[in-house]
Amino acid sequence: MKSEHPEAIWLNEDHEFSLAELAELSGMPESDLRELVDYGAITPVCPEAPTWTFGGQCLLTVRTAYRLRVSFDLEPHGVALTVSLLDRIRELEAQLRDLSAQLPRHSR
Amino acid sequence: MKYKDYYNILGVDRSASAEVIKKAYRKLAHKYHPDVSKDPAGEEKFKEVAEAYETLKNPEKRSAYDQLGSHRPGEDFRPPPDWGQQYGNSQHGFDEADLADLFAGLSGGRHRAGPGGAKIRMPGQDYDVTAQISLEDAYRGTQIELNLVVTEPDAKGFMRREPRTFKVNIPKGASDGQRLRLAGKGGKGMNGGRDGDLYLNIMLKPHSQFRVSGHDLYLDLPLAPWEAVLGATLEVQTLGGPVRLKVPANTQAGQQLRLAGRGLPTRQDKAGNLFAIAQIVVPVTSTERERELFEQLAAASKFDPRGPFQREV
Repeated sequence: MKSEHPEAIWLNEDHEFSLAELAELSGMPESDLRELVDYGAITPVCPEAPTWTFGGQCLLTVRTAYRLRVSFDLEPHGVALTVSLLDRIRELEAQLRDLSAQLPRHSR
Repeated sequence: MKYKDYYNILGVDRSASAEVIKKAYRKLAHKYHPDVSKDPAGEEKFKEVAEAYETLKNPEKRSAYDQLGSHRPGEDFRPPPDWGQQYGNSQHGFDEADLADLFAGLSGGRHRAGPGGAKIRMPGQDYDVTAQISLEDAYRGTQIELNLVVTEPDAKGFMRREPRTFKVNIPKGASDGQRLRLAGKGGKGMNGGRDGDLYLNIMLKPHSQFRVSGHDLYLDLPLAPWEAVLGATLEVQTLGGPVRLKVPANTQAGQQLRLAGRGLPTRQDKAGNLFAIAQIVVPVTSTERERELFEQLAAASKFDPRGPFQREV
């Protein structure tokens, strides 16, 4: 058993990853990542830039995409559609949580 | 070594075809996959299902598994004497091994690193852990201890499950659902592969007073009818200590009074806001004197709370 004190890094827009880093950290090949961009499942910080970078949140989406691809044997378009729908569900759940927080406790 | 009945886990017969096994796996994966399931125990169930499918979908692994014989789930057993030689695992310490480790070195296995195995660079496994912290800890920042069982290669290259403890500093500014990445703190890579990462999903425990929306906080502020009408200066608890809040005259029920910068801190050294939601509360019982005063007020006041409501009926 070991004890360590690693520092944590927030996965948000403050921390960006290159396409190669996303591929290495998620296990998803770069060609598949390009397809996820084509289908709109992930969006580079600046899509017109010659070298793409991605916000930290994209790593979470891509890891989910990789897990779904492996677990369900999905092709890239199916993966892109699934992660886009999952992202929408998460956004709606967050909105629901936010609205619920604004309701007085007795009326929730 | 504890026996696991992979056929039973997938809910299929031992004679099931590859197609039946695949269909059973997909059905269960759909139900328990942590990315799509709402079942709190889904992740653990999915791991079992995935482990069973990983072995049964591969003909060589399935054959090796079948030759272990049939035992009761959880029963201690040892593989037949010639099993190790036949499947290239003769040096494996069976007693302390996990059943899944027996098949990892066979064809299609991700962790092919045992003696005689090809030296393929393999990244270490990533781990996803949910850490529940209190709102107070999110406000101040905290250090938490995580206990994980990670899969790592031993000196001979065989995969072993090892308990590990991490102390993780969670900087202030965490909000519900935020993710932290601890680079290189997952499973060890093999043959020069990078170490895996540890991903922390931060969840805030429900608080008795405050409700959280991003970095903003909401709290109910009960007011007596006369406080709502006349206005008042009240002491309100915040995560940073008590502050004074001026309630303006004629405050309505449901009105939000903002305490700027009294929410959760953000990463840019700013902070969300605290919103006190006014609630007008009447006494459960009233004294004779209180009733008299309310009766005088009722007689003197021309206030009609249902005016627009009645006009519409």
